[in-house]
Amino acid sequence: MKTQFLPALRFTAVLLVLCCVIYPALVWAAAQLALGHGEGVQISRNGRVVGFANVGQQFTQARYFNARPSAVDYHADNSAGSNKGPSNPDYLQAVRARLDTFLARNPGVRAADVPAELLTASGSGLDPDLSPQGALVQVPRVARARGLALAPVRALVQQHVETSALGPAKVNVLQLNLALDALR
Amino acid sequence: MNKELLGLGVLFGAAVLLALPLGRYLATIYRGDKSWSDFLAPFERLLCRLGGIDATRPMSWQQHLGALLTLNLVWFFWAMLVLCCQGSLPLNPDHNPSMAPDQAFNTAISFLVNCNLQHYSGESGATYFSQVFCLMFLQFGTAATGLAACVVVFNALRDGTTDKLGNFYNYFLKSLTRVLLPLSLGVALVLVFQGTPMTWAAKAPLVTVQGDSTFVSRGPTAAMVAIKELGTNGGGYFGANSAHPLENPTYLTNLVENWALMLLPLAMVFALGYYLRRPRLGYMVFGVMTAGFLLLVGPAVYYELHGNPALTRLGINQPLGSLEGKEIRFGAAASAFWGISNTVISCGSVNSMHDSHLPISGMNELLGMMTNAFYGGVGVGILNFFVFIIIAVFISGLMVGRTPEFLGKKIEAREMKIAIIVALLHPLLILAGTALTTHLYANSPTALAGWLANPGYHGFSEMLYEYTSAAANNGSGFEGLGDNTPWWNISTGLVMVLARYLPIIGPVAIAGLLARKKYIPESAGTLRTDTATFGIMVFFVIWIIAALAFFPALALGPLAEHFTLY
Repeated sequence: MKTQFLPALRFTAVLLVLCCVIYPALVWAAAQLALGHGEGVQISRNGRVVGFANVGQQFTQARYFNARPSAVDYHADNSAGSNKGPSNPDYLQAVRARLDTFLARNPGVRAADVPAELLTASGSGLDPDLSPQGALVQVPRVARARGLALAPVRALVQQHVETSALGPAKVNVLQLNLALDALR
Repeated sequence: MNKELLGLGVLFGAAVLLALPLGRYLATIYRGDKSWSDFLAPFERLLCRLGGIDATRPMSWQQHLGALLTLNLVWFFWAMLVLCCQGSLPLNPDHNPSMAPDQAFNTAISFLVNCNLQHYSGESGATYFSQVFCLMFLQFGTAATGLAACVVVFNALRDGTTDKLGNFYNYFLKSLTRVLLPLSLGVALVLVFQGTPMTWAAKAPLVTVQGDSTFVSRGPTAAMVAIKELGTNGGGYFGANSAHPLENPTYLTNLVENWALMLLPLAMVFALGYYLRRPRLGYMVFGVMTAGFLLLVGPAVYYELHGNPALTRLGINQPLGSLEGKEIRFGAAASAFWGISNTVISCGSVNSMHDSHLPISGMNELLGMMTNAFYGGVGVGILNFFVFIIIAVFISGLMVGRTPEFLGKKIEAREMKIAIIVALLHPLLILAGTALTTHLYANSPTALAGWLANPGYHGFSEMLYEYTSAAANNGSGFEGLGDNTPWWNISTGLVMVLARYLPIIGPVAIAGLLARKKYIPESAGTLRTDTATFGIMVFFVIWIIAALAFFPALALGPLAEHFTLY
């Protein structure tokens, strides 16, 4: 026992230094060179931090582009999805209610024009993005709420569409809304 | 949509292309041949001297297992200690509490066995100290353990007769210093420059643009996420795992993380061939595993891209596929691919919520874990596959009327008994666990209502998934399950222990027994095991064992749900 156990204990201590002190210290040192210095990329407006670039936040007001539904109301210290199964009757009821609410708040929009991400909760509850269609469909409402013409708002959305060689196109809701506030 | 599919092609191609040279490299360093990484040798000797271990003495298979299990036992006590006291330990700026003993037991076991089933959320249930010094430590330790155990089996399959199978500490240490640490460092660097946090600062208070108050959790995330994927551990830093926008901020990080978790299991397959100087054997195994993987991933991607038919019936357009539980920046295709690659490989990290996947994707994720040999976890994937090879050799030997032999060694009753026990243990743990729990639930559905987040067939799938994940040492979950209760914590904890150590002990024992046998040179009468014919044989052995054992359970869960939806 003693011949097996004590060396294992000592070896573990050495491994702890290697994997849990040296390795994280190297990563931490590299992070100091990165944007945000490893503390998360923060976005400020008028000297006040208003959000993290990658972390979605709640936008429910009519004058902003609304973010996706979230199972945790965008509380970024408690990430989670809804975990609702695709055939759950309560879930389908909730999606229908979201659709009705959306149509009521966005008169003139047809159900088939509402992309599914505006009616479904994301995996983390903190999804920072919408698809381009998810933002475009909200343009008339946002423009009306702010007394703006449609064209500049639509152009703003189009400017904020991020595409790359691989993967889906997306719009960062926080960046879009900050630009929207700056438009006036 | 085409860009999404292209992304999958690039990802899989990159994984295979880089796994080939990595496999050659792994074979070289474990053989002890000359390698460019030999400059680390003095550093490794220093670690040995400091740790008081002898990494040169050759060991028998029993001594290997002794060293492995003792080390794991020490880690278990360390993990229990840290998790039960984390609230009072340093590096806890968010003032999170210590874990209750049953939860600490589950978490300690879970990370010790490379499962990483998580009945807590990282943001509130762990501290920076426990994340780094306990959970991340075990992610390194268990991955290196898996690799070392696998090399012991490689050793036993070499030509000749021996009972000395190399030194456990040697393989273990090399896995850390020459494979896991450098690769993790590379992946972690990509992550921090893409926006993943690596900080010791507390969670940030935030007043949003709209004026809501909230907090943004962060911490030493990047370091842990890198080894979480490379070591096929899967235990996330945050509750939402790699769906979390700080843990997996961009499509690029998603590619890199998904690539990282596939890399070592694939490379070990090629390493098997190179190590034994029978590369065709490695390609045969790779072919069988890839066929299984593609069969599972294809339908999952198809169904997720086509959306939820129940939403279509509500008049909702789903041009991007089913998005419940998914993130826009990854899309449905990359989420489905991630889901399957994380279940055939026992990593179990998630970038979308499996509970909300369509039934066929959920079933394929279950099948990935039920077979548990299509790539499989770091090191242990090959060990599981090895058991199926032994069974296939035996069956085909009987079919053609020859003495079953594998790589010049006779397969006899003792090896077959061990192989069958290991192969049948897996369905036994899953089905008995699920049956027992379903019985409990059916007897008091109101008292245990908190267990299930979804009614009907899907609720049954949630329970089945939890035990499958525990037994496959996978760690993903249908997370709607209310699993932080003593019953779930203790029962899945026991399943995880049995499902980790027996499938390591079994194959190592078989290999040890084979190594001692007389080597019979190959002749015209030998059943060749590196051919496509034998590959097909193994493939069917795997499917028959998985399908026969699990089909009734799958019919009650995901299949029944599928046919009600479509």
